[in-house]
Amino acid sequence: MSQTSRLSVISAATETRYHSSKRVSIVDRNLNKTKTAEIGLNAFAFLFSEMLQYAQKRVLGIQDLERKLNDFGYRVGTRLLELIVWREKNSKRETRVLGILSFINTTVWKTLFGKPADSLEKSTENEDEYMISDNDPLISKFISVPKELSQLNCCAFLAGIVEAILDGAQFPSRVTAHSVPIEGFPLRTTILIKLDREVLQREEQLKS
Amino acid sequence: MSFYFAIVGTKDNPLYEAEFGSKGVEGIVKKDEHRHLNQFIVHSALDLVEELQWQTNTMYIKHVDKFNEWHISAHVTAGNIKFMLLHESQRDDGPIKNFFSECYEVYIKILLNPFYEVNLPITSPAFDARVRFIARKYLGKE
Repeated sequence: MSQTSRLSVISAATETRYHSSKRVSIVDRNLNKTKTAEIGLNAFAFLFSEMLQYAQKRVLGIQDLERKLNDFGYRVGTRLLELIVWREKNSKRETRVLGILSFINTTVWKTLFGKPADSLEKSTENEDEYMISDNDPLISKFISVPKELSQLNCCAFLAGIVEAILDGAQFPSRVTAHSVPIEGFPLRTTILIKLDREVLQREEQLKS
Repeated sequence: MSFYFAIVGTKDNPLYEAEFGSKGVEGIVKKDEHRHLNQFIVHSALDLVEELQWQTNTMYIKHVDKFNEWHISAHVTAGNIKFMLLHESQRDDGPIKNFFSECYEVYIKILLNPFYEVNLPITSPAFDARVRFIARKYLGKE
């Protein structure tokens, strides 16, 4: 398995240089140092499988497992939001729904996976639902789900990241991951975003 | 010239406070009398910041509020953390904006710590030292 893919991980801040006699303080490290860093997909897949096993031992059901993965992703997302916006160097916050969703769709996905997400859709049935789809999610690529747990979607981790970004930007919502296999892409997953009512009310006010 | 800098979390809770001042004796005496007011001034300015942050998508908001002789400027981060600065006179944009962006950078470095969650108070002495250094660099040369 020599496949490597672009997957960047936030781990640089607490690293110290052991080969030099002086420890570099966390506040002196350069935030852009790992901006273009890539790690091997196999290393990440190993870490993710260990996270899954860790979570599995401590939960009682599929919903709990998805919620635990969502929590893991939430912790990543809070830091990702600030870091990505800072690295973009345009110092702009998103105040509209469409703005934050396209930010997630392009910039966040590009930072995590090297390519933008495959589609961003608005649900026709409900005003407050949006869907981001990925044809081949890298994080659950090597996770095989047994038949008993067929309802489990390991992209709950990704859903947690998205939920944290939305929460941080003040667009509280419920985010879940669903698999929607289509022709040619059996692993296709959709992140379903259901925005809270107050977000829609604020959008209405801002529109006028 | 004295300044009061505060970082306010998403639940209106203070995460970090610092006062910078020039070394004149009079400056220090004045600060003691009104120091307790600083928290109230910042707190009341938070309402205005929250109103203004939805009308603009820049992070830096200048002249949010004015109280007697204090002016308040704010910097809202992508995660809705507010950096508030009380300063005495109408200063130019440049130094304050640079001060805020450097503090933002240090804040992100603290945030990346896996043991630090959003909305926890910032107690790191390295952070404190860095913020004071930045303040001396951009606000000290008055």
